Amino acid sequence: MLTRPRALAAAAVSALLLMSVASCGSGDNTTTPTNSAASTGNSVTSGGEITVRGCTPQNSLLPPNTSEVCGGNVLDASEAKLVHYTPDDAAPELDVAASIDTTDSVHWTVKLNDGYMFQDGTQVKAKNFVDAWNWGAACSSAQLNSYFFAPIAGFTDPSGDGCNTADTMSGLAVVDDLTFTITTTSPTSNLVVRLGYTAFAPQPDAFFADTSEGKANFAKLPIAAGPYQIVKNDDTQMVLQKFAGYSGKFPGSVDKVTFKIYNDTSAAYNDVVANNLDLTDVIPSDQLVGDAWKTDLVNSDGTNRWGTKDTGVIQVLTYSAVDAQLKNTSLRQAISLGWDRAQVTKAVFNNARTPATGWVSPVADGYKADQCTNCVFDAAKAKQLYDAAGGYKGTFLIWVNGDGGHDAWAQAVCNQLKNNLGMECAVQTTPDFKTLRNKITKRDADLTGMYRGGWQMDYPSIENFLAPIYATGASSNDGDYSNPAFDQLLVDAAAATTNDAANKLYQQAEALLDKDMPSMPLWYQQSQFGFSSKIKSVKMTPFSTFDFGSVVMN
Amino acid sequence: MGKYVVRRLLMMIPTFLGATLIIFYLSFALPGDPTAGRCGERPCPASYVEWFRSHYGLDKPFLVQYGIYMGRLLTGDLGTNYYGNTVIHELAIRYPTTLKLAVIAIVAEILIGIGAGILAGIRRGRFIDSLVTISTLVVIAIPVFVLGSLAQMVFGIKLKWFPVTAGDGTWGQLLLPGLVLGSLYVAYVARLTRTNLVENLRADYVRTAYAKGMQPARAIGLHALRNSLLPSITYIGASFGALLGGAIVTERIFNINGVGSLIYRSISQRDGTTLVGAVVVIVVIYMVMTLLVDLLYGLLDPRLRHE
Repeated sequence: MLTRPRALAAAAVSALLLMSVASCGSGDNTTTPTNSAASTGNSVTSGGEITVRGCTPQNSLLPPNTSEVCGGNVLDASEAKLVHYTPDDAAPELDVAASIDTTDSVHWTVKLNDGYMFQDGTQVKAKNFVDAWNWGAACSSAQLNSYFFAPIAGFTDPSGDGCNTADTMSGLAVVDDLTFTITTTSPTSNLVVRLGYTAFAPQPDAFFADTSEGKANFAKLPIAAGPYQIVKNDDTQMVLQKFAGYSGKFPGSVDKVTFKIYNDTSAAYNDVVANNLDLTDVIPSDQLVGDAWKTDLVNSDGTNRWGTKDTGVIQVLTYSAVDAQLKNTSLRQAISLGWDRAQVTKAVFNNARTPATGWVSPVADGYKADQCTNCVFDAAKAKQLYDAAGGYKGTFLIWVNGDGGHDAWAQAVCNQLKNNLGMECAVQTTPDFKTLRNKITKRDADLTGMYRGGWQMDYPSIENFLAPIYATGASSNDGDYSNPAFDQLLVDAAAATTNDAANKLYQQAEALLDKDMPSMPLWYQQSQFGFSSKIKSVKMTPFSTFDFGSVVMN
Repeated sequence: MGKYVVRRLLMMIPTFLGATLIIFYLSFALPGDPTAGRCGERPCPASYVEWFRSHYGLDKPFLVQYGIYMGRLLTGDLGTNYYGNTVIHELAIRYPTTLKLAVIAIVAEILIGIGAGILAGIRRGRFIDSLVTISTLVVIAIPVFVLGSLAQMVFGIKLKWFPVTAGDGTWGQLLLPGLVLGSLYVAYVARLTRTNLVENLRADYVRTAYAKGMQPARAIGLHALRNSLLPSITYIGASFGALLGGAIVTERIFNINGVGSLIYRSISQRDGTTLVGAVVVIVVIYMVMTLLVDLLYGLLDPRLRHE
């Protein structure tokens, strides 16, 4: 589930400030999760059918080609991976894998559970993983998530395209039906955490037998090994039926889940209010004002039918890579110090966001509070630094995309900067997320000031919030940040032998960000969701998806 | 008559070419690469971008792309969208819904619009006249997204008289959105009918009919009304063409899977193939509807017959 550039859809749809994406990098963590019994709801079998807000996937429904919410929500319920994240805190637990062992964080042996079945009745074997990963990584397959396989030895990418120019990776080898080995190019101590990402799902023989371009025929109704099977997939709905032959530890509770396609989150919300739809994962921003949604979503007996969940999403403003004035570190610090995050989250979001105290979401393993000393509002110090730095000449711009509901907070930040620092500040809005991304990718010359970025974790590790965004030359390093000491700490952390040791090194790296201020953390995101009177309770995961194993019907 | 039709049909060809060229150019000129933002904050892998661009022909010059598109169009192929569905298929499953919505709106136009117009016209200056004039003014003044959201809130959520959304596209679900969509046209038709009727009631031929001792009902129904309805019918015909183009705002509010929501989605995803395909179909429908209205006009008013 890590997938999510879920943000994409959400941003376009405007309700969430979300944005985000996927990633990879190097990591740490040598301990393998224990093969504990499922901690979630397999005792809750209540049957029944529910309808859930869905949206139109942007790409074919294949795990290596799905990196946004609309497709991700569906694949999340249908695909089984080696590792599963607990719905409460995203801790990894073994799923298809019976064990994943290593002694050096480079050579890994994966043993599969016997008798794990695909939805077409064939067994999940080692080759289903190895072949699927080789296919997903290869440039010839042109899959969005191909770079997730980059840590595996034999991933050849001379020009930095993010895909493997060879057809296979030498780091993957099948030992027998239920065993395969993974060799990574360099120590990757958090490999196990990464393996729960959707891109690492196995594919049945039927997938490889499909000769249509881009496996388009298979992708219409993909066969997977998860608790739910996609039985219908058209333009208005996607229907998932509980897979009777599911043998894993994380079964679904309801018998049938129908994702109804909504173009507008307000329509979905209104349907939930009127009990015509059972679940929505997005509450429109206009309903958050004055907590209107909390009064709408109450059963006749007074019980609530809404919930919130802290999710692994952080919003930042990145100091523009093309703005020469912002090369001055104390100016950047002054701007970050010069406004009150708590006041903005209260006034604009009614506290549905938590002011950030660092660059890593509290949901992630390795999170340390108060890493960003420049995030603590101090008008006097800010003004002093600002004046000492000579101020900012011209109008300081804050760039946001106009389709994500970002105008209000950006304006609030601007006003505070004007009042506290006496600088000229204006909000620049692009028509939509695509336009903003396009400008940032091209490092457009008029893109001075700061631009908005949001990051949704792919997997719950501190590494995922640092390496893909702030390592020199990293794919999402929008501010062109480069600090050799930071890069070295990331390498050291990935090679650490224990998870704690690795996390400490990552935290030291994060502390460097506080000195250099490549970006200004804004807040951590919370997801709001609502459900119909038919449902008694349901859990949302830290990835903003629903855990259909925990649905309890009234 | 036949000659006229042929001439009109021939005129459609340059119109069609011009319209498609402009639409194609506009969707081509939309800011933002279709692959930008497709992978969130992270740039997409080069192999994916390359595949995407060559698969959808985006790597070719504009005129070549247009040529290829038009060539395909002649064989009835509207292309395949970014999600992998053929545009024809997308339109085919959405058109019945949009058509139903349009029919509901048109029926409302005819029954309510013309009915209210006639009532106001023959009772000019009386209470009913003022009521129609003022209420239509209010409807015209309120933007459809306000009207739609309001109707959804009041009749759907609070009073529960109508379904809140119309995702399945059944007649029952589409009734409320259809009325909302038609309300603006209803108001215009009512005003148009009233004005024309009032004018014609003062015309010499109606006065003559009265002078001959004709019953008022007959004088109004047979003589005045027949002439008064001509502009309304033209208007209703033209609005049917517009309605078949889909209603982006109404379809969004009520979650209707019609042509309007398809167009909206393809614009936001920079899905030029779907966008051009959908608009091309709308252009054709519009041209055909205009032709039909013009022909109908000739039938109703002998003076305008196309000989």
